[in-house]
Amino acid sequence: MNFLPMTMRRNGVQCMTPPSETLLEVSGIGKHFGGLAALNDVSLHILRGEIYGLIGPNGAGKTTLFNIVTGLYQLDSGNFTFDGTGYVSCKPHLLAQAGIARTFQNIRLFANMSALENVMVGRHVRTRCGIWGALARHAAARAEERAIIGRARELLRYVGVNRPPQTLAKNLSYGEQRRLEIARALATDPKLLALDEPAAGMNATETESLKTLLQTIRADGITVLLIEHDVKLIMGLCDRVTVLDYGKKIAEGVPHEVRNNPAVIEAYLGGGSA
Amino acid sequence: MNMLAQMSRKHRAWLAFAALAMLLLSLPFITDALLGRGWVRILDFALLYIVLALGLNIVVGYAGLLDLGYIAFFAVGAYCYALLGSPQFGLHLPFWIVLPAGALLAGFFGVLLGAPTLKLRGDYLAIVTLGFGEIIRIFLNNLNAPLNITNGPQGISMIDPIRIGEFSLASTHELFGLTFPSVHLHYYLFLCITLLVIFVSLRLEDSRIGRAWMAIREDEVAAAAMGINTRNIKLLAFAMGATFGGAAGGLFAGFQGFVSPESFGLTESIMVLCMVVLGGMGNIGGVVFGGVLLVLLPEALRHGAGPVQQALFGKMFIDPESLRMLLFGLALIAVMLWRPAGLWPSRQRRRELSADDDAAQRGTVYDAAK
Repeated sequence: MNFLPMTMRRNGVQCMTPPSETLLEVSGIGKHFGGLAALNDVSLHILRGEIYGLIGPNGAGKTTLFNIVTGLYQLDSGNFTFDGTGYVSCKPHLLAQAGIARTFQNIRLFANMSALENVMVGRHVRTRCGIWGALARHAAARAEERAIIGRARELLRYVGVNRPPQTLAKNLSYGEQRRLEIARALATDPKLLALDEPAAGMNATETESLKTLLQTIRADGITVLLIEHDVKLIMGLCDRVTVLDYGKKIAEGVPHEVRNNPAVIEAYLGGGSA
Repeated sequence: MNMLAQMSRKHRAWLAFAALAMLLLSLPFITDALLGRGWVRILDFALLYIVLALGLNIVVGYAGLLDLGYIAFFAVGAYCYALLGSPQFGLHLPFWIVLPAGALLAGFFGVLLGAPTLKLRGDYLAIVTLGFGEIIRIFLNNLNAPLNITNGPQGISMIDPIRIGEFSLASTHELFGLTFPSVHLHYYLFLCITLLVIFVSLRLEDSRIGRAWMAIREDEVAAAAMGINTRNIKLLAFAMGATFGGAAGGLFAGFQGFVSPESFGLTESIMVLCMVVLGGMGNIGGVVFGGVLLVLLPEALRHGAGPVQQALFGKMFIDPESLRMLLFGLALIAVMLWRPAGLWPSRQRRRELSADDDAAQRGTVYDAAK
């Protein structure tokens, strides 16, 4: 599992924890939209330092689960525990503060802000300069601002957005926008990085470099939760995957086991074909 | 070589700055000499409107919250000043207490009116804020019975003039061998306040708070997911905007010596919003430009349209007042068609334009500012 050379780790410090301790535990989560059960009694646990895949056909409830653990939706039943704290309902910004950062299926960047500013916004939750600091620009505020800019530039390089940092987010290419979203999420110093279909719309080369990036991120000690349709990517990248279908968990395990699971094959290929 | 080029650039900047300062300082005297004292008064109002527009710019331009009832905060500031410094209650508190009190009260009202609208966006927010604006005006109109607080539609008159210590801005003063009439003195005070508000806006724009506002404007869901407490940051925008509005209101009351609910109608709200939108949302230069334009042009029309028609056609076809609104509407449509981002749109800010190697120099720039 430890397939990355030490040189790829920032600061030369090995910060990857051995995947044993549970970071996120979801237990018995249910979510209904009107009469439709988007999620039905779903439980899973994600260990520190792993790349966890969440797959399933369209409408299986993957994004709904994402929205629940990032606070955008309130759950109807069950609860989840993140980093030792239990949650039933929580505001998105508090979960971001607790260490869950996410990207969106349909890219949601701050389109009219520069690439650099997008990442700088991500630092918001880890910085504290208020109105007074903004007006007086005292030494601490200036130092903090410099640190924010420095970290944002570093992150842009880290994810591989090599355009001038002042380029507006909306003027970046599609692949760069996806990467910028990851940089923005990383700026919040997350413990868990939740990516909603990061490879959607990417070509083979872009997907390959995304894979490398995700491996680097994991090697740097950040746990990754991944929704993806690209089965090849999931199989090559994830330590464990969960398969959802119609809001229910139908399989969980290491990728090659899940791939051969009859229930998964049925969900993907349709019941009648067998 | 590089240093030389830089110095001359700095030099040029200082020169431009000095020229602008001289122009701003001598403007009332030039205007007085060329156009008459009435125009200095119009300049004063232009400055007040710029303060208002800059306040609204924080709410609309930065945080992207469309507020159609902004003039209410102007009213709160004005009435606060009027009630604390007029024979209405016999209170005659000093200017330096009354003005901040008005601004703070307006800021409080900003939070109060902002809080219920936190979950609303776009059109819905606009409708609710419009309602709030009207509520304040109707309150002011009707708070004369059973207990007379605001004097109702008659308004409050004989408001204390702005007085700093023993120095009253209402009377003519002789300083440095020059004669400063009342309107000139007000001009300088309003100019100081405007510059202060511009300074505050600039600093806020380029800060953690400013970025959070803009993030909310761009995508509120993503902003929340990035850890921004959208509730507090939006309330802060409402409060800051309202505080500026309240300060402008206090100055207005002191300058006019009279306030009535009539001055705080929906048209005024729309007018201020137009300054922001027409000039360039989110861009301080654009908002200032929009404010100047929308105060000066109608006045110019009012004074110029009659004589021009007389000269061209020998008689008056359209009453200048109607012509003003007609042209105003046409100008708005034209701007929306051809320059939807405003006449002077917000451009990428300097900070992002500076390349990597420039980042090191920023430290020295900050030190120089200190």
